[in-house]
Amino acid sequence: MSRKLLIVLAVLILSVLVLGACASNTTADKPAEQTASEPAPQEQPATKSTLDVVKERGKIICGVNQAVPGFGFLQSDGSFAGFDIDFCKALSAAVFGDTSKVEYRPLNAKQRFTALQGGEIDVLIRNTTWTLTRDTELGANFAPTTFYDGQGITVRKDSGVNTLEDLAGGSICVAAGTTTELNLADQMAARGIDYTPVVFETADETTGAYLDGRCDAYTTDKSGLVARMSLFPNPEEHKILDETLSKEPLGPVVRQGDDQWFDIVKWVVFATFTGEEMNINSQNVDDAKANATDPNVRKLLGLEGDMGQKLGLSNDWAYNIIKMVGNYAEIYDRNLGPDTVFNLARGLNASWVDGGLLYAPPIR
Amino acid sequence: MTTQVTTPNEVLPPPTERYTILGWLHKNLFSDWFNSILSIIAGAFVFVIVRGLLRWLFVTAQWAAINDNISLYMKGQYPGAEDWRLWLLIYLAVLLTGLMWGVFMRRTSAITWVLMMMPLILGGWVFALGKPSWWLVALLDIVGIAGYLLAKRFPQTSKRLTVTLLLLYMPLVILVIRGFGETGFLPRVGTNLWGGLLLSLLLAIIGIVFSFPIGVLLALGRQSKMPALKTLSIIYIEVIRGVPLITLLFMGQVMLPFFLPAGLTIDRVIRAVVAIIMFAAAYMAENVRGGLQSIPQGQFEAADAIGLSGMQKMVHIILPQALRTVIPVLVGQFIGLFKDTSLVALVGLLDLLGIARGILANPSYIGRQLEVFAFIALIYWIFSYAMSYAARRLEISLGVGER
Repeated sequence: MSRKLLIVLAVLILSVLVLGACASNTTADKPAEQTASEPAPQEQPATKSTLDVVKERGKIICGVNQAVPGFGFLQSDGSFAGFDIDFCKALSAAVFGDTSKVEYRPLNAKQRFTALQGGEIDVLIRNTTWTLTRDTELGANFAPTTFYDGQGITVRKDSGVNTLEDLAGGSICVAAGTTTELNLADQMAARGIDYTPVVFETADETTGAYLDGRCDAYTTDKSGLVARMSLFPNPEEHKILDETLSKEPLGPVVRQGDDQWFDIVKWVVFATFTGEEMNINSQNVDDAKANATDPNVRKLLGLEGDMGQKLGLSNDWAYNIIKMVGNYAEIYDRNLGPDTVFNLARGLNASWVDGGLLYAPPIR
Repeated sequence: MTTQVTTPNEVLPPPTERYTILGWLHKNLFSDWFNSILSIIAGAFVFVIVRGLLRWLFVTAQWAAINDNISLYMKGQYPGAEDWRLWLLIYLAVLLTGLMWGVFMRRTSAITWVLMMMPLILGGWVFALGKPSWWLVALLDIVGIAGYLLAKRFPQTSKRLTVTLLLLYMPLVILVIRGFGETGFLPRVGTNLWGGLLLSLLLAIIGIVFSFPIGVLLALGRQSKMPALKTLSIIYIEVIRGVPLITLLFMGQVMLPFFLPAGLTIDRVIRAVVAIIMFAAAYMAENVRGGLQSIPQGQFEAADAIGLSGMQKMVHIILPQALRTVIPVLVGQFIGLFKDTSLVALVGLLDLLGIARGILANPSYIGRQLEVFAFIALIYWIFSYAMSYAARRLEISLGVGER
């Protein structure tokens, strides 16, 4: 009896395995199609540049966050939008001359670097803070910062808290798994302030808990604080402390080991800065191109100097970015500026011409 | 009580209680001062809650976050031009349901219910695909009833048809939703565009369909007398049961890429599905084992006595009884599995919960958490309750508990 049972079991297990193999065959086509354009596993992956892979695939895979107000979210028609998303589009415009050649891959904070290292995504544009450890040990290369942020703390006005020291013995709501949580711990340890962190998985829960009075304060990046505060039932009852706990330079990230792709991502960001510096935006870029006499403008818009070819792109790469997505000011205003619910002041994120930190090396 | 001796034809029916509303109130709510106080407090409590709820529902709540995005919740970013594929599958599912009831169910009382339930649930989903065409939903009912009548009229043909369809349905679902080739009749729709309820249902259904046979095998393996088989089954079950599902999902999403050759990637949805199947199979195995252990030794001996082989014994005698016993537990597990699929939102898949989070980040709908989460909770409840209801009907039809 047991032998027959064994045979039955063997047959059943075998059939399950076959079924599994079939299932993974039908469904593994996708990776197969992806990898058909990517280097086959047997080949050396390094022999094919990311740019070639992207061009053959016909789209860029962009790691994003689909749930940060202003930076990445879902619109009603199912498309993604936001500040970070716009830089994915700019990259697509530079490479393909078309903003739609992007596959957005929503990633959480914990899996984003693995996805980058494992080659699942070509570029990570997901409010990621540039730190030394990430730049070195995680095998990442950081393109220029697109958004200078810093960690701040929101408290209730009637709490009488004006400095970090006033929070001694209090509790602070913070989101888990982010640099925010670590910065808070570091800062408080450095100043010898005793406090209770109350940790939540998402920003929604964190603000919710703060509003319910479960914590005395609430901390995240200042951009986030402003965005969240505008939605509080009574925003005037809360304030952001002047102190900034950390520097949070957020920008695109690529894998180490492909300098050409790194250059492309860097210069896509710089092109949006340069557009603002030269007052060229999506409205006037055609005029500027038609009447360009300034050699710098002519180089930016691909009329001379073959700048695009040096990157491995077409010479109208920057023209496409500005025409299709806009310069930095347009991207900022569209997602975070005065016309949005956030109404976030430019601050450090102004061009150096206006006293901010955005400074693009010359395109020449 | 006095004992009365009565002749049979003098037996009086038990007195029927007839109350006016006031009488009923007096008896049930205000019989003494303590009950009266309790009733008043409870009444006030219910009143406050219900009033708050109604006020929120009709006054405070802003439902734009639901209305504007209904098709996102239902099918994620699945392209609108390919909606007809989903329709096709829904029609097939309803036809199949009708056929199944016609073929397998001896009692017809349940039929009306389920035939009404299924299209209503599916219809709600279809409605939400963005094209509110009631006649298409009505047509669903007709298709379902047609399937049932067909099954009653041509039992033999229908039985073969039903079994074939049943076996082919899941592969067909995956094939049709996914498509193949870049152009042509069924262009490929990448899994990155699968989302919303569509993805949640797919994950749950594939998880249930695949984990069930694996779970039964594992349960048999654990009961087997072969030491190797037994040990392996036990190790698998205990290891997987000792790990939370979210850990398995993270392993799939985060660790797996390190073990694969450079350049080779496995689809993220597949990784999630495999983790869900592995997880569910271990629990399934323990539930089925419970059923196996409830079968009296006499059943095994009786099967041996009439000369059945080991396999025949299992397939015809033991498993049918064992599985029938554990239907309530299995359904509980299926419902749990369906709700557990929401964990994939944490690894970045846009299932119902993931989509909801993406919508909540849209500046137009910021701060609408309550409405959005209440809505998706309602969807989860509808499907879970439908499963539970269908299972109760199934138990009645199979006569569980009246061995």
